[in-house]
This record gives sequence, structure tokens and C-alpha cells, in this order.
Amino acid sequence: MKALLIVVGFLAWGSSQAVAQKKPAPKPAAKPSATAAVSGAMLTAGKAVYVQNCLTCHQADGGGVDGLNPPLTKTNYVLGDKARLIKVVLNGLQGEDIEGEPYNNVMPSFDILTDQQIADVLTYVRNSFGNKASAIKAPEVKATRATNKK
Amino acid sequence: MKNALPRFLLLPAAVVGSLSLFALKTETAVVPDADNAGLKLPAGFGALKVAETGGRARHITVTPQGTIYVKLNRPNTAGKGILVLRETSAGKAEVVSGFGNYGGTGIFSTHEYLYASSDQEVFRYKLNGKGEVVSPEQPEKIITGLVNRKQHESKSITLDKAGNIYVNVGAYSNSCQVKDRQKGSLGIQNCPVLDSAGGIWQFKADKLNQTYGNGIRYATGLRNVVGLDWNAQTNQLFVMQHGRDQLYDNFPNLYTSKQSAELPAECMYALKQGDNAGWPYIYYDNQQHKKMMAPEYGGDGKKEATGNYLEPAAAYPAHTAPDALLFYTGTMFPEKYRNGAFIAFHGSWNRAPEPQKGYYVVFQPFKNGKPSGDWEVFADNFAGSEANAAAGRPEHKPCGLAQGPDGSLYVTDDRKGTIYRIVYAKK
Repeated sequence: MKALLIVVGFLAWGSSQAVAQKKPAPKPAAKPSATAAVSGAMLTAGKAVYVQNCLTCHQADGGGVDGLNPPLTKTNYVLGDKARLIKVVLNGLQGEDIEGEPYNNVMPSFDILTDQQIADVLTYVRNSFGNKASAIKAPEVKATRATNKK
Repeated sequence: MKNALPRFLLLPAAVVGSLSLFALKTETAVVPDADNAGLKLPAGFGALKVAETGGRARHITVTPQGTIYVKLNRPNTAGKGILVLRETSAGKAEVVSGFGNYGGTGIFSTHEYLYASSDQEVFRYKLNGKGEVVSPEQPEKIITGLVNRKQHESKSITLDKAGNIYVNVGAYSNSCQVKDRQKGSLGIQNCPVLDSAGGIWQFKADKLNQTYGNGIRYATGLRNVVGLDWNAQTNQLFVMQHGRDQLYDNFPNLYTSKQSAELPAECMYALKQGDNAGWPYIYYDNQQHKKMMAPEYGGDGKKEATGNYLEPAAAYPAHTAPDALLFYTGTMFPEKYRNGAFIAFHGSWNRAPEPQKGYYVVFQPFKNGKPSGDWEVFADNFAGSEANAAAGRPEHKPCGLAQGPDGSLYVTDDRKGTIYRIVYAKK
């Protein structure tokens, strides 16, 4: 009987986890971690920008394409220095090895996106596909854009 | 007690086993894997995994003596870009050596020479009577200085029967936009890429240090050809073009993402010297069966192309990436395969968010030197499952094809480096 309760408990926990994963719940108050500043609204807005501009190359799971388009998972490019990441979006990228792997496709510049759109999509990428990192805010994009040399 | 019966059978089994081993030495019977190497094949065919190379196995060639040469995309941990495999038993083989400190795609052999390419050069190596490379560390550089700007960098090669070698130089661009792959960016007039890329160049197979000035731009307007082969029946070069992509990403007001996933076709072309297949100005729509004006050059998804551009010989689903073409001249496979074409489709990435596809080897029937009748998927499930294929996360990606001296079909995989061999099990 006890075992059954545990199993039921586990199932309930598991399904609530599954629900939580499907909906990036817009109630971030709970965890004072690196994702504290990541709001559900940013993730929703960021996902929309991702689907429109990034998904074709980087794929729905953020895993990229072997030899062509780099993955957005577990890479220092995504999780590390924010300014460098913002510049990748502003200027595009080509011919750069990522984590020792060459990728031969061309990433165009996405400088037509607004500061807010770039902040949203990068926050989404930094908190999706198994990534967890702090949010990027529009003023940070604005500041990087102001000093960006093409 | 449980083991009693098998143990009882062990001795006779060993005797039969050694007898059949003895028989193999003269017969060299090829034994398909119990699961046909995980592939789905037409009835009567079997497959085995010949070897796991662990490298990104691009193109492959097999000499008349059965020595297998595989070109790796990058040198392996031992610094070797070309692997040499020899048959061990039952059709399997092992890597016995390697040479060539450069990565690349192209590899091709005649009775006398092995040819191999880096992403900017082509080398040749003298073969001895056993199909062995005489001086692996002293290749002759026959072609040099080809354009390599990362995108579409593979230099695939094949030879005709008159001493010429054909080299693909892929366009370092998707559609010759002012800003490559940028939304809304238009095409450059008189696309400058075509001067040194976006076509097939012909060189002499026996002259050293040739570059553009010594060669002939044999055919142009070909965005990127990875699979090509000489058709000895018609004495003609056939190529497979990787069509342009991102119609929706670049022109969302003209195309839906669904159209972008299904357009344009991957095309087979039968080339004559001087032909122009039309890239970047046109693409081929295999739903309307028309050559269309590219949106970078005034097209809108409805306007047909103008200009004298080559008609494809055959068309295949968009973005499935044909990486090898092989005319089958063997006698092992049934009659219908003779002089037809096998095509290895590496598989798509640029169909997202629609399901990805490809990751198979296709057979295209030919009659009198022309595609005749519908193509069919010949070897499938390199991906491991339909879900893997749809997600664009295949286990293996077919890349190279070669015909063995007995008529077996070899297939390489540049994801895990598996070498496959497909045989017909005669009754």
C-alpha cells in the first residue's frame, strides 16, 4: 500500500514536471538562481523571435546541424560573455570553430531586430535546450550595439 | 544442465564452421548481417557493416583487387585523411593503414591511379598491380588553388575515359545575394561567384599544378554538386545539384515555410560542355515542373525563368542533399539495376520546421542513357528510425557510393564513419 502511494506520488510529480516543461510558467518568483531575472514573458517573446529567425538553421531543439550550423547547447558562446553573444546576432558569424568543431554555413547579420527582440531571443536561447543562464536585457543590447564595430 | 544441449552441439558446429571458413578462402562469400546492418532493402538484398572507421567518411572507391580507399572530411586522430581497408572475411574489412594529411571529400580510382581531393587541391597517387599506393607520402599535386570559402567547400571528382578529370567547385553562397542569407537581400547582377565557383571545371588528369587558367569551366550555374559520375554508356557527365534554400527565411512575404521546405527540387543534370543550369538566377519547382525566376532576381514564386538554362534530367525532393552518384555497371544486382543510377541522399536540415527527410540511397532507373521511370528508395533507415529522420537527428548519414569488383554496392556514412556493403543474395 505504501509502495502504491509512492508510485502514485511519483506519477503525480512526474506529470506536474511534464506540464511545467510544456508551459514555461510565467511565475518565476520561486527560484533565486541565475534564472531569477528570466521572466515567462521574455521566454515567450524570445521563442517567437527564435522560430521566425533562428530555427531553420539551429533547429527546433537548438542542436544545430553537423558541420554546418553550430549547436546552441552547452557552448561557451551562448552561456558565456553576453557582449560576444550579442555581437554574433548583430554581425553574424562565419568560419569560426565552436568548441573545436568547424561549421561551414554562413550566419547573416540580424541587426534589423530591435534591442528588445535580441534580448528576448538570447534570453530564450540561454534558458532553453537544457541551457540555464542569466537573462539579457534590452539596455545591454543597446550598449553593445552602440560600441559595435562591424 | 541448461547448457548441455548446446555443448553437445559444439563439436559438430566447430567442424562445420572451420569447413566453411576453409571454403571462404576460395569463395570469399559475403555474409549479410542478421539485421542487414539496420537497413531496409528490396527483397533479395542483404547488407553488412564492413567496418567502423570512426571518421567522417565522405567518398569511397574500391580497386579491382578489392582494396577500399575512404576519404575523411578531416584527418583522424592519427593525422590521416585517407583510410586503406582490406577485406578480412565474410565481406568485412579492417583499416590497415592511412595516409594524406588533409581532409576533403573526393576520391576516385582507375587501374593506374588513385585521385583524392582536399577542399582546394586534387592529388594523385600511383597504384601498383595489387591496387596499392606506391608512395603514399609523395602524391602528385595535379590541381591547386581552387576556391574554398567554407560554404559548399567539397571538391568532388570523377574522370572520363579520355584522360580528363572533372571537379566541382561549389558556390560560396546560397543565392548570390548582396548579403548572403540575409532576409530581403537581393541578388548581385552578373553573379561574380560564377567566375571561380558554382560549376564544374575540367582538367587533365595527368598534368601537375593546374589551376583555373589551365582548366575549362565545363558547366556553370550549378550551386553545389557533391555527387557526380561519368556515364560510360552515353559518354557523358551527370551531376546532382544541391538546390538553394531558405526561400521563406529570405523572402517571407513571397513564400510560406511549407513552400520553403518543398522547394526547390534537388536536380540531376546531364551535362555537355558549355551548359548553364541557371544558379543563382533560377530554381527548379518540381510541383509545377518549371524553372522559376529566383526571388533575389525578380521572382515571386510564380514567374517562370527566362533565359536558356538547362532542363534537369530528373528531380528529387527538396533539400535532401544528394552527396553521391554512381552508375551501376555490375552484374551482381538484377538486370533492372544495370546502367541505372544510385544516389546517396545525405538528408535535409533546411526543411525545418517541417519534418526532415532523406538519409537514404535512391535508385533511379535509366534507359538508353536517360532517366526512365520513377526513382525509388533503395536502401533506407540509415537514420535508425523515422522519428530520428523527422527530427533531423539520424544515426548515420549516407555520403559516398562505390561499386566493388564483385558488383557489391558500398555506402559510406560521414556521421559515425560506418562503411556499408549491400549485396544481392542469389538464389
